[in-house]
Amino acid sequence: MFDWLSWFTSMENSKPLALVLFFGAFCGVLIYVFADKRRAQRLESYKYIPLDDEEPQRPGPHDYAHDNSRARIETQSRKVMDNE
Amino acid sequence: MAQSPALPAEQYNYDIVRKFTIMAIVWAVLGMSVGVYIASELAWPFLNFDIPQITFGRLRPVHTTLVIFGFGGSALFATAYYVVQRTCQARLAFPWLAEFTFWGWTGGVALGVITYMMGITQGREYAEFEWPLDLAIAVVWVSYIVIYVETIRRRSQPHIYVANWFYLAFLLAVALLHIFNNLAVPVSLTKSYSLFSGVQDAMTQWWYGHNAVGFFLTAAFLGMMYYFVPKQAGRPVYSYRLSIIHFWALIFLYMWAGGHHLHWTALPDWVSTLAATFSILLLMPSWGGMINGIMTLSGAWDKLRSDPIMLFLITSLSFYGMSTFEGPLMSLKSVNALSHYTDWTIGHVHSGALGWVALVTFGSFYHLIPRLWDTKMYSQTLIYVHFWLATIGIVLYISSMWVAGIGQGLMLRSFDDYGNLAYTFIETVEFMHTPYAWRALGGAFFVSGALVMVYNVVMTLWAARREQAGEAKLVAKQLAKA
Repeated sequence: MFDWLSWFTSMENSKPLALVLFFGAFCGVLIYVFADKRRAQRLESYKYIPLDDEEPQRPGPHDYAHDNSRARIETQSRKVMDNE
Repeated sequence: MAQSPALPAEQYNYDIVRKFTIMAIVWAVLGMSVGVYIASELAWPFLNFDIPQITFGRLRPVHTTLVIFGFGGSALFATAYYVVQRTCQARLAFPWLAEFTFWGWTGGVALGVITYMMGITQGREYAEFEWPLDLAIAVVWVSYIVIYVETIRRRSQPHIYVANWFYLAFLLAVALLHIFNNLAVPVSLTKSYSLFSGVQDAMTQWWYGHNAVGFFLTAAFLGMMYYFVPKQAGRPVYSYRLSIIHFWALIFLYMWAGGHHLHWTALPDWVSTLAATFSILLLMPSWGGMINGIMTLSGAWDKLRSDPIMLFLITSLSFYGMSTFEGPLMSLKSVNALSHYTDWTIGHVHSGALGWVALVTFGSFYHLIPRLWDTKMYSQTLIYVHFWLATIGIVLYISSMWVAGIGQGLMLRSFDDYGNLAYTFIETVEFMHTPYAWRALGGAFFVSGALVMVYNVVMTLWAARREQAGEAKLVAKQLAKA
């Protein structure tokens, strides 16, 4: 009944299977991160989190040379100032 | 100059961060000083003085434990507790448990080094603690995880910032590594035998050893980098999406690479090949992360001219790039045949440990300390002095180890026309005396830099205390007048 499990015990089978699974997972991460434009913008907006915790006035998008074309989406954070 | 806004004393628990920060600096000076002493013992063996407690064999784990777990570990506790609060905008969970982690960790490191000097050791590299200390450390570590995860659970910020992912991976991986590598059968309070034997034991040890480098000394310090580089630069990290790829690729690939420490041994050849393959693949996420960190300064490179803290952080990333190029190179079987069992390995480890780990920590501490004590650093010039002493020290250290290691490797592999070894072992030892002396000098430079930091920090804290006492007096006077 469970004879089919023995297929996995052979290194010749399990190694390429593992390769396919892991490579597939990696491709999945790449597709998730880069494929959708709106998702990409949302992900990029998270990079401002460390700056959110201190600076009362964050720099505008034009201050970032490499980031001109990217519209910023506000993270929905409750802002906590150092002097709050 | 690093200067902080008003201190959010009520908002965050900074007390525990201050304690770990101070202990990290104390352990750094102690551990690095022991390092210079044992480097000198190798160059001038009379320094062993025939006193068993201070011979190289016993002091070497004292050095590695003090710098990795004492300095590095305390710095990671401090910054993890700081970063998780700031990026989650939540106060640290379970303050009493955090206090326990401080005393538990500090006591564990102190007891560990005392037992090593007494000759009590498991003999496993970077895991020399005997079983009672291993158990105690496991309890402290689980407490650390509980505090961290609960603080994240209580966050006000919906998204968990990527620095926390790296810290979480480090917490989970180190728990796994520590528990499985230290599975042992105790025969007395101070002696145990590993549950594994033969090549399985070696494989378990180097699965632990390499991932201690991968998760303790790399992933966690990358978490530090992803918070403190953007903060100090005043700009967001170059690409958040790259940081996501960096994270998943790094944590997946690191776990497989430990076997490269056992090339040309009884280890099955396919395991060696697998480890070397994953080591080469590791170059990609490592350099992706390095580029992401360095490019954060894109458009603001002038900060490198005016901000010594930025110098520390960006130079640390450069050393990270260098050592993560050297590592895959050394993991190739053909290169490893020359480099293994020589000082090239020691030089490689120190380009990572001093160049990456220590410099990124110093940079982060110079950012952190004024904010923790609500003041500014006592001297900007002394930060520059520290930076140059440290950098010159690292360059001297790794260059001399390249000479010693590659030189010895070539000598040990030289044959004469009749197929006999061209050099005796003692000839290779004589050859290494000069680079060993240079290495000790490089280490002395690095320790001098750390002492300059201690002076700068002590003066900063002293000034902060005076300022606060002055302010308190002023308030008291005004109240009395009213």
